[in-house]
Amino acid sequence: MHELSIIQSVVDTVRDSAQENGIKRVNKVKLVIGKMTMALPDSLQFAFEAIVIDEMFENAVLEIEEREITCECSSCQHCFQVDDAYRFICPNCGHDRVDIIGGRELYIDYFEGDEDIDGTS
Amino acid sequence: MVQVNMQSHILGANELLARKNRSLFGGNKVLALNLMSSPGSGKTTILERTIETLGDKIKIGVIEGDLYTDQDAQRIEKKGVRVVQINTEGTCHLDAGMVGKAYETLSTAELDLVFIENVGNLVCPAEFDLGEDFRVVVISITEGNDKVLKYPLIFREAKVVLVNKIDLIDYTDFSMDRFINDLRQVNPSAQVFEVSGRTGEGINNWSDFLLREVRTKQSNLT
Repeated sequence: MHELSIIQSVVDTVRDSAQENGIKRVNKVKLVIGKMTMALPDSLQFAFEAIVIDEMFENAVLEIEEREITCECSSCQHCFQVDDAYRFICPNCGHDRVDIIGGRELYIDYFEGDEDIDGTS
Repeated sequence: MVQVNMQSHILGANELLARKNRSLFGGNKVLALNLMSSPGSGKTTILERTIETLGDKIKIGVIEGDLYTDQDAQRIEKKGVRVVQINTEGTCHLDAGMVGKAYETLSTAELDLVFIENVGNLVCPAEFDLGEDFRVVVISITEGNDKVLKYPLIFREAKVVLVNKIDLIDYTDFSMDRFINDLRQVNPSAQVFEVSGRTGEGINNWSDFLLREVRTKQSNLT
């Protein structure tokens, strides 16, 4: 259940940045999570609801964009997606040296908020 | 409404500390391994066997990750090597900060090889770089054949896979062919050693490999 520590880190980072930017109330936090990470979107949502209790995040929603696992063959440079069968072998030339170029994302894309607590700004 | 763009890596703080650990390990010419597996797959027993085999050839230190107890650390200490316990107090993985602090305690001794025994878990530890030279995953044949495709990240990132409890293979439905086939499609270059912590089978091959890795790192840094 490391989703809880991931969300804790997200909330801490967003809170610091909100304070720096004079934002009193956060409305939305957007994450990008690759399918090759072991962070499950449902567990992240659950952790977000469980952990966020203060006024700044009271009405905040968490949006998660999932990214597919994408590889590039180091022999023929063919790019391909890897599905749930986790076959890291180039479908074009059969080479097994492939680089993961997508699917390991685990970052905060952006957040939205209001500078006044009543949301009039 | 204000939008603040971040593009901020969620585990960025850990990545920084991992880089720091990696340069410490390099500066001290010590090979650091991150040992990961499910609970009960035999990491500690394999460590005991490996220390018995290599203990008089190189200096070994162990960082023991455990949720709450120091039972594993006590077992390792009996083998006469330096060991530092990390209790994660419920956290399901080690992170680079915990390892950095533990290594400070260990590094007063001149070591050639440091084993970092992670918390037993195939999911969360895979996401956290500790600054190790490479990762070793232990899988025991009693866990069944499906683990590679259920936990692809941890197997993809491993340099070495130890298939433990090989002495029990005739009592299970584990298919080594199927396991190797699954592993090859996730991680074609992983080195596989079949071992038994209980009987000692395969431990010499694994230990010889470790000795070569230690020497290679040391000669690359001189």
